[in-house]
Amino acid sequence: MPLLEIKNLQVRVEDREILHGLTLTVNPGEVHAIMGPNGSGKSTLSHVIAGKPGYEVTGGEILFRGENLLEMEPDERAAKGVFLAFQYPVEIPGVATMTFLRTALNAQRKARGEKELSTPDFLKKVRTIASTLSIPQDMLKRGVNVGFSGGEKKRNEVLQMALLEPSLCILDEMDSGLDIDALRVAADGVNALRSPDRAMVVITHYQRLLNYIVPDFVHVMTRGRVVKSGGKELALELEARGYAQFEDAA
Amino acid sequence: MNLVLTKDETADVLGEEFAQARKRLPGAGKVAQFRQQAFDAFAAAGLPHRRIEDWKYTDLRALMRKVWPLAPAPDDEALSRAASMVEAHAISGARQLVLVDGVFVQTLSDLGGLENGVRIRSLREVLEGKNALLERLLFAPKDQAVVALNAAMMTDGVVIELAEGASLDRPIHLLHVATSRRPVSIFSRSLVEIGQKARATLVESYVSEEANSYQVNDTLLLSVADDARLDHIRLVEESSDASNISSSFVTLGARAHLNAFGLTAGGAVSRYQTAITCAGEGSRIESSGVNLLKGRQHADTTLLLDHAVPHCSSREVFRAVVDDRAHSVFQGRIIVRPKAQKTDARMMTRALLLSDEAEADNKPELEIFADDVTCGHGATAGALDEQLLFYLRARGLSEREAQALLVQAFVGEAIEEIADEALRDIALASAARWLSRRG
Repeated sequence: MPLLEIKNLQVRVEDREILHGLTLTVNPGEVHAIMGPNGSGKSTLSHVIAGKPGYEVTGGEILFRGENLLEMEPDERAAKGVFLAFQYPVEIPGVATMTFLRTALNAQRKARGEKELSTPDFLKKVRTIASTLSIPQDMLKRGVNVGFSGGEKKRNEVLQMALLEPSLCILDEMDSGLDIDALRVAADGVNALRSPDRAMVVITHYQRLLNYIVPDFVHVMTRGRVVKSGGKELALELEARGYAQFEDAA
Repeated sequence: MNLVLTKDETADVLGEEFAQARKRLPGAGKVAQFRQQAFDAFAAAGLPHRRIEDWKYTDLRALMRKVWPLAPAPDDEALSRAASMVEAHAISGARQLVLVDGVFVQTLSDLGGLENGVRIRSLREVLEGKNALLERLLFAPKDQAVVALNAAMMTDGVVIELAEGASLDRPIHLLHVATSRRPVSIFSRSLVEIGQKARATLVESYVSEEANSYQVNDTLLLSVADDARLDHIRLVEESSDASNISSSFVTLGARAHLNAFGLTAGGAVSRYQTAITCAGEGSRIESSGVNLLKGRQHADTTLLLDHAVPHCSSREVFRAVVDDRAHSVFQGRIIVRPKAQKTDARMMTRALLLSDEAEADNKPELEIFADDVTCGHGATAGALDEQLLFYLRARGLSEREAQALLVQAFVGEAIEEIADEALRDIALASAARWLSRRG
């Protein structure tokens, strides 16, 4: 069974239709890249999968392991294994990163009927992951993302991903605002999470990110639809020739 | 006496109560005379109502429709209920002092091994004796009807004195316990005098069993002498059918330091009004607070900071979290007198509304009569940030869990102002209890 099946998805925001019948199938173990110009609906797609309020689905469906994802609350989706790495992770003053991580992990475990992780086990797990991502311990004591640099915020997203062990990771413009070194650290963290049970959907404007996270499939999205799909070489073609060639197709 | 009052009946009903209660109220002669004068002052004004500016948002005539009879002295049954509440609410490591239905109960209090220079007595004992402190206790400002009523009816309380240089080894926890299963009113008054260079930590909490219905009118008179310090927190966790009208009057000497915090999470109607006077140069105040309200609760925090002399600083941080149809009021007035140059006074109040029907009134006021000062205030009100809520929910937190985490962070901004770490933990635990009751 596919992990994620999006069939003919139509989405409106206020009075504007953003997605006009998008179809995408993702199997476990696969890494899909979705590329497209600004305004093509890439971020809308990631938000609708994660369950962000404010979007109206007017047609089509999203199945996650055969279940109707659109009927679930955002936290139910998370507990089922959907993870969105945010393009702009928010700052939450007054909520220590450690408290946040622990609350999130235990909420998901509780929703799945699993036992809460003990404090020593939790601390050990977080510290191990943090050290592989070069996240210093004192950062974990600070408010979530408060005063973090762009690179630190993205690494914090990867930290959460590694801790929560989702089966579907959606990376929304992970490269935005990152220099090459920061990008490399974040991408290494993501690559370490690639596994036969886990799929990834990498949303990006530029081909650059895909040098670090090499996809199995590339989809070109313009004006709310997937207009072309191919292997990783499609990304290079886009880099050379731009999105203009597809504008007419959409 | 479950009378529904029109505005003219308030004083009449209380007048009958006062007439009946006089015999058992402590103090004769001068004290009795003072009570009568205080009652007359109250009767002339009646309960405060919305046309009195200071009570505009807390109209007691509308909010307190009934006047309950004065609580009887606690009997054995009341004392045994009180004992289990004391056990449930005791703070480990603190010296528990217990008022049951307004009466100081020595058998439930811990008076052993008092530190050098520390004296603790009941209000009754002081009112019935001849004592220099009497002058301090017989206090009823003319424009404060609820304090005048308290002065007339004060039944008991504690009188704590710290001599010059004395310091407490452990905090004092003054526990106000309401036990009556029948509706009653409770009038208590306490006095805390902290001598020069002395240092004290005082925790006050107001507790009851959930079903009890009662009215509390409490007054706290505090003086912190030169170079002395007081850390004070108060927690109002009254039953949901109680009212708590409390007033405190604080005077700070030169270089004295007050770190105060108040949290109101219980009670149907509550008002905490505190007037703090910087009477000695170089004194310093941090006064913060939190209201956590739901259902149809009404809670009012009213602060008056009077900078009478130069070189004093005050800082107020207040947060209100208001759910359902509850109503939170914060009024903060800073007065800087003509002589009070180099005053540094800041006040910031924020309200978080968790429901469309919740209401928060913030009224910060500055009255500045000196020209070389730094003063500022601000007030905001708003809902939880949707972006933050979605981020948390996308990580697996339910809507309630996400709200709880953000509410904790919000009130944490006021709780952080508590200097003493152990007191901060007590306040955090109280906020957590409110959140878990909210579900």
